[in-house]
Amino acid sequence: MNESVTFDAPRSSDERQGTNRRGFLKCGLWAGTGVVWMMSGGILRSVSLDLVDTAMADAASFSFVQISDSHIGFNKAPNPDPASTFQQALQRIKSLPAQPAFMIHTGDVSHLSKPDQFDTAEQIIKETGLETHYVPGEHDILIDDGRPFFERFSKSSDGWYSFDQGGVHFIALVNVLGFKSGGFGHLGEEQLAWLQSDLKARSASTPIVVFTHIPLWMVYDKWGWGTDDAAQAMSYLKPFGSVTVLNGHIHQVMQKIEGTVSFHTAYSTAYPQPAPGSAPNPGPMKVDAGRLKSLLGIRNVNLLSSTQPLAIIDTPLSA
Amino acid sequence: MPINRAYRLGNSAIIACLLLTSHLAYAVMPDGMEMPPLAPGGVPAAASSNQVEIGNFSFSPVNLTVVAGTKVTWTNHDDIPHTVVSDDDPRLFKSPPLDTDDAYSFTFQKPGTYRYFCSVHPKMVGTIIVKAP
Repeated sequence: MNESVTFDAPRSSDERQGTNRRGFLKCGLWAGTGVVWMMSGGILRSVSLDLVDTAMADAASFSFVQISDSHIGFNKAPNPDPASTFQQALQRIKSLPAQPAFMIHTGDVSHLSKPDQFDTAEQIIKETGLETHYVPGEHDILIDDGRPFFERFSKSSDGWYSFDQGGVHFIALVNVLGFKSGGFGHLGEEQLAWLQSDLKARSASTPIVVFTHIPLWMVYDKWGWGTDDAAQAMSYLKPFGSVTVLNGHIHQVMQKIEGTVSFHTAYSTAYPQPAPGSAPNPGPMKVDAGRLKSLLGIRNVNLLSSTQPLAIIDTPLSA
Repeated sequence: MPINRAYRLGNSAIIACLLLTSHLAYAVMPDGMEMPPLAPGGVPAAASSNQVEIGNFSFSPVNLTVVAGTKVTWTNHDDIPHTVVSDDDPRLFKSPPLDTDDAYSFTFQKPGTYRYFCSVHPKMVGTIIVKAP
């Protein structure tokens, strides 16, 4: 059975012991809290937090953490100090029940592509001691077509690359270059051709994790929250039994299942953005300090076994 | 969808009201930094004929008509960076990232229709129409 799990819930060791009043109040700050989403055979259902926790602790053989949209250099409401919330997010990794094998950063490392912003982010990431794989966000390539980002963070001259770990094939895609007026995220023909040939060498039973900045599904076209040539990429991924697509960009958690493909967007560690169409524009949500950390967070992904997709846990910073 | 459309119309109406209000406030302001440049004769130019304001993830006015030789200035009032990039290939103009309150100017020498967008948020588009003097 293919099964992946996502839950949007506080998950500190205290709170896993049971719900105290304080924990309950914190949960109440955010509508998604306390719900455990299980995807089973493509069907989404909610289950109890404790049940998933136990199962995951027993079954996980391999895990990694996704961080996203750290926006180092942003200095306005609701978060004038995203370096500090980024640091807090990464400190949470130390308290995870099992240490992740590595991290992926799904872009917008910086706010304005400035060297000192990249420096700060790199320094904070180094403190975790974890190997980190990056893709750029549109905020990272504002200067010199992204050269400062690619030189520092990228594993290939093109910006896209793949690697294998724990029996999973990971693919890093870049969809923030070559924006057209009025358009969306864009992969481009060269990258799509590379993706096709990269996948040709894999068996259909290999679990695939694709990570990129802008969603590979059309979350909200009016705000440009999608990738115009994503359908082409998804067609190459169709033969595979387990495909997990992770991205950032929209600063909120969302999931979608399409056949054997599950799509997940991640929290930002800097500031939340409104739900699609719920505000006049996608600018930062001006939430108060008490609520902010319930809307920021990290993602921990556990491989339950090599034949199953991945269990995904989104953890808000307030947890 | 009817509900969406109603919502959108409601939004546009609110935005239109806000623009109207700010425009009025602009016009009656006695002096100070918000005052638009004075046209010959001491009359405030209509919403500054060479200014494009960036706010609410949009360019305002979306279409601006100027005469050749005019220096157009874009100013970002959003709390998120934007850019001003011409659609032309090769690019006729391309601003650096404009953080809050940053401005960028470009002088249009030749008559024509110049479309541009924000390369960070490509849904943001605008046009400068340049007429012969």
